[in-house]
Amino acid sequence: MTQTEQITFSQKSMEEMDRIILQYPPDKKKSALLPVLHIVQQENGNWLSTEVMDKIAKILDIKPIEVYEVASFYSMYNLEPVGKIVIEVCHTGPCMICGAEKIIAHIENKLNIKVGETTEDKMFTLKTVECLGACGYAPMFQIGEQYYENLTIEQVDNILDSLRKEKEAIN
Amino acid sequence: MGRKILLEHIDKPGIDQIESYIKYGGYRSVSKALKEMTPDEVTEEVKKSGLRGRGGAGFATGLKWSFLDKSTDKPRYLLCNADESEPGTFKDRLLMEKIPHLLIEGMITSSYALGCNTSYIYIRGEYMFILRILQKAIAEAYAKGFLGKNILGSGFNLDLYVHPGAGAYICGEETALIESLEGKRGNPRIKPPFPAVSGLWNCPTIVNNVESIAAVVSIVNEGGDEYAKTGIGKSTGTKLISASGNINKPGVYEIEMGVPVEEFIYSDEYCGGIKNGLELKACVPGGSSVPILPKHHLLYESNGNPRLMSYESLSEGGFATGSMLGSGGFIVYDEKQCIVRNTWNFARFYHHESCGQCSPCREGTGWMERVLHNIEYGHGKMEDIDLLWDIQRKIEGNTICPLGDAAAWPVAAAIRHFRHEFEYHVKYRNRVFDEDHVYQPEMKAQLV
Amino acid sequence: MLKVTIDDISIEVPPGTTILQAARMIGQNVPPAMCYYSKLEGSGGKCRTCLVKVTKGSEKDPRPMPKLVASCRTGVMDGMEVRNETSPEVIDARKGVTEFLLINHPLDCPVCDQAGECKLQDLSYEHGLAKSRYEFKRREFEKRDIGDKIQLHMNRCILCYRCTQVADQLTPERVHGVLNRGEVSEISTYIEQAVDNDFSGNMIDVCPVGALTDKTFRFKSRVWFTKPMLAHRECTTCSGKVTLWFQGSEVLRVTTRKDKWNEAEAFICNDCRFEKKKTEDWTIDGPAHIDTHSVIAQNHLPFELPVVQKNLPDAL
Repeated sequence: MTQTEQITFSQKSMEEMDRIILQYPPDKKKSALLPVLHIVQQENGNWLSTEVMDKIAKILDIKPIEVYEVASFYSMYNLEPVGKIVIEVCHTGPCMICGAEKIIAHIENKLNIKVGETTEDKMFTLKTVECLGACGYAPMFQIGEQYYENLTIEQVDNILDSLRKEKEAIN
Repeated sequence: MGRKILLEHIDKPGIDQIESYIKYGGYRSVSKALKEMTPDEVTEEVKKSGLRGRGGAGFATGLKWSFLDKSTDKPRYLLCNADESEPGTFKDRLLMEKIPHLLIEGMITSSYALGCNTSYIYIRGEYMFILRILQKAIAEAYAKGFLGKNILGSGFNLDLYVHPGAGAYICGEETALIESLEGKRGNPRIKPPFPAVSGLWNCPTIVNNVESIAAVVSIVNEGGDEYAKTGIGKSTGTKLISASGNINKPGVYEIEMGVPVEEFIYSDEYCGGIKNGLELKACVPGGSSVPILPKHHLLYESNGNPRLMSYESLSEGGFATGSMLGSGGFIVYDEKQCIVRNTWNFARFYHHESCGQCSPCREGTGWMERVLHNIEYGHGKMEDIDLLWDIQRKIEGNTICPLGDAAAWPVAAAIRHFRHEFEYHVKYRNRVFDEDHVYQPEMKAQLV
Repeated sequence: MLKVTIDDISIEVPPGTTILQAARMIGQNVPPAMCYYSKLEGSGGKCRTCLVKVTKGSEKDPRPMPKLVASCRTGVMDGMEVRNETSPEVIDARKGVTEFLLINHPLDCPVCDQAGECKLQDLSYEHGLAKSRYEFKRREFEKRDIGDKIQLHMNRCILCYRCTQVADQLTPERVHGVLNRGEVSEISTYIEQAVDNDFSGNMIDVCPVGALTDKTFRFKSRVWFTKPMLAHRECTTCSGKVTLWFQGSEVLRVTTRKDKWNEAEAFICNDCRFEKKKTEDWTIDGPAHIDTHSVIAQNHLPFELPVVQKNLPDAL
């Protein structure tokens, strides 16, 4: 519990959470769970630790298990640490027939990791995801909130290289 | 050019901003409904329009609205289903990205008709960038007095919020969506009770797809009868079709219901024909859940008439020779595509997305995926094809929610129409792999 | 009252009765129920073993229902006609559900403490195939310790959700739940944590399979070698009305008293269940009724044996 007490969120996140909680009736604070988890996941290196989830349970007046149940159900929440850049390549039907598998193979080779793995420098995590609603602009992947569509191998190289430079510049 | 109702102004500059949107006639339906019509009159127009739910099931929207329990003093809720996750479907996204105010306007008018003072748009979590677009548009609508207290002096109050999901196809099912909005796992509820009686927080609730809500705008502006003049038979109005796969011009098209499928695929106004000069092999006309059809069944009804893009025509012949309009996710396959691989891919999708609550879906979807994987990768047996048929048969109709059916139908249709491809995979198992046993799709494409 | 006909047998039931409850009132051709539990709110609808065919919706709307329905969650309408065991479609679907429940089940009955009183065993016996058609590796979960009283065997779980409902409805705070999604959903506490409160032991009694068993009874005996006796004690926490399971004069296990449908008559506290294992803790009320359906019945004839010796000299 002491670890949970130590967890604090930024002023901005706290304000955002307060605003979200007000969207629901006062006795239905639990409804804010999904949007609130998105906020704290982003703030905490793109994953949800037990301590973070316990803290959210406190904020929303619910039991910790209710948070674990939800966080483990939805595919967008990471319950393990991930790289700084998470590449989520769509591999469902329409993307597959338009070359998603070649994109995945290329990224695997380029980063020397398999799907589901993170590079040693903790920069990239490669994931495959199910349909992201970009079937007409396939193949595609999502990084953060951004969709990258109609991908070619060259574009993938350019995108990943420039994102890496961006992150390295911040460090 | 067919008539455009939803996307008429999509190319107008700044249409995502409220000033421009109003300049092109936006928010007329709000003032018309709130100032000149009673809520029941709005519902009546929607009934007259013959509008059918655009999310996939095609249930009459006006009729659904009429089920809303108004006998209690509990609050009533309108939820917009923007959880667009059906493979092959990306139409709602375009609507919300480009013309967010059309959805907001529809939400206000529809909420008025249903007597809802708080409404939510449930959007899939991956569309976070669209959530931000919608939130900006909602702020604009509040500033102009279209949302909030006493809208346009009518005495009607409405608060509208956007609520993100977090990656779960099942939340497109209306009761799972409600559970998810309540901050729970997206486990569909057992019906009855139906949401119209007991939905969000056990209050009467209506859940409508983005496109259905957007269509209400024009129905109120022009009148339900006028809307019903577009389209064919019981498929009134226009439909957004998301076209993808091996076509020259993938994208979202607004069509008048009744366009021939052949015209839709080959005309330059729409898909522009098959890519790379190849032949059309098959098509999934309504999103991954609906049966795949080979070319001849796709283009012609069982009586030989051309098949049309409408609810009735696409389902003509039942599942033996027909399919469904579904959500309008139109996935086209060229002659080089492997139906077995595609079926396995879809089976993997449903396996991944099953909520796990009821046994046939939880256990059956994974089983189907594994059997299909075996066949696809050269380890299948002839009996496996019949086994697959039996598994899908025992899932279909026996689950809590329609995800079970959605998982079963693509497998059934693929076996029904392309059994020879499954048999081919079993018979020539090793010929689709190179010496290192690495899968060679090109090699297989030449063989099948 | 509403009239409902199940497999050609009619009964009148009060409004709000489900098809399954009506079948239980009739007492024969009762659909099996793996997840429904009348004493737990919101239970049922999930396992799909109780699917039945409604051939006539009601007197007012006689149309048949298009799909098979879960009898445990479908309310009776006046004039409703239902087919259960007389419908090949229902039997076929039930076979399918049984197979689905078994494909990933470890079938470790020889070392399972639930053997003999397992509902999945009964279901498999009645509706299972002789041979598995599943050729893949069975699903295995990581072992999780949920305390010193309750043993969790996730591999055996059929995800009926009853134990989570017990925790929600009987205990002050639920610390376990269903985690993950789909095929890999599991009952867990997420973090290593003991499920321990006054009523947590009832999770064992509601579990239809051997996923939750009594650690204090673990490998002590097969249930069919034990003899159930009804007993009670003054308890400030619960009713104190229990079943004691004896081997000789030793109490090996304490459970709730189960009714005809294998449901607890009244839930009991952990003190009664786990701590009172001496005969002198209890006032014995007499032998428990044993359903002839139960494997335990084989040592307990429902009638008195004719006294053979008495007539022996004459016969000789």
